[in-house]
Amino acid sequence: MKVVLRNPRREVEVKGGRRVKDVLRELDILPDTVLVIRGDSMITADQVVADGDTIELRPVMSGGAS
Amino acid sequence: MKCRKCGQGAVVELRRHNAAFCAGDFIEFFRNQVREAIRRHRMLSRDEPVLVAVSGGKDSLALWDVLLEDGYAATGLYLDLGIFDYSVESKARCEAFAAGRGARLIVSRVADEVGAPVPVIKDVTRRPPCSGCGLSKRYLMNRIALEHGFPVVATGHNLDDEAATLFGSVMTWQTDALPRQSPALPSTHPKLVRRVKPLYRLSEKETAAYAFLRHIDYIVEECPFARGATSIAHKQILDRMEDASPGAKHNFLFGFLDKARAAFERVEAVALTECARCGQVTTGTLCAFCKLSDQVKRAL
Repeated sequence: MKVVLRNPRREVEVKGGRRVKDVLRELDILPDTVLVIRGDSMITADQVVADGDTIELRPVMSGGAS
Repeated sequence: MKCRKCGQGAVVELRRHNAAFCAGDFIEFFRNQVREAIRRHRMLSRDEPVLVAVSGGKDSLALWDVLLEDGYAATGLYLDLGIFDYSVESKARCEAFAAGRGARLIVSRVADEVGAPVPVIKDVTRRPPCSGCGLSKRYLMNRIALEHGFPVVATGHNLDDEAATLFGSVMTWQTDALPRQSPALPSTHPKLVRRVKPLYRLSEKETAAYAFLRHIDYIVEECPFARGATSIAHKQILDRMEDASPGAKHNFLFGFLDKARAAFERVEAVALTECARCGQVTTGTLCAFCKLSDQVKRAL
């Protein structure tokens, strides 16, 4: 399956057929630091993603001057 | 995972609340958190206009959206920092948001006010870019609010922002900064407007989820100058703590606000005066913004 990462935008291939939380663990990404988007929807970490899926991991952090 | 309220499939999990929500119930949860913040700190009234500082990012546009939906007379203020394509794209997001909702947006260019955009200010001052940027933003937000008759400025600072700021202040024991950290700062001078942070109860993930579910077209790319910023490093540390112990950021910030902040209130009040140049509030003869502007003009 394909995973789209941001900042900078890039794509990686990982094994599907498992839960989102397992994909995040493999990529060393904390679940609360990204939105997981499949198609037009957000999905939770317990959902299973298939080999043919594409998900976007959109970082939620912003920062700098306040 | 099921929605805590309706039992339908959930789209967002909030571990610190031990809960998950469907889209509709999450949006209502989010708005209720903002309403609670406003009520608890008497931040805003529907009888007075509020100036919302917007950057084109998720937090400030989510805040503007909630306030407009809840019937506040909320005008946007976009400060154009002149940071290359990042500023061009973030300004376009703010303009599109305002046009889509028929809301008023005030635009001000930092380069017109200081004499140079943020990238030049960074080079001239040789300080971290966030330093001159933050100083300029705070000054201009207040001055523009005064000039346009707004008694209050609302910013999109969220729980993560506030926890990271607190973490940074505690790490270096900036005891003068601690009492100023509050979800609502009153006006302490006729030329200082109130400042409020209605999102302080909501995490970054929650504001991002709200913006996504409301179809708000916000800028996902981070400011190019934020890379390597200390505040980002502090957020990453707190993210690790939150992952190990959900609710850690909330407990850190709310524990400070409820139990510790009062202990740092200064006994002696700081004497406020007006800047000899621009007339804005300061503690010295010239305000920090005018000094910065002088430094920039000398260098150009």
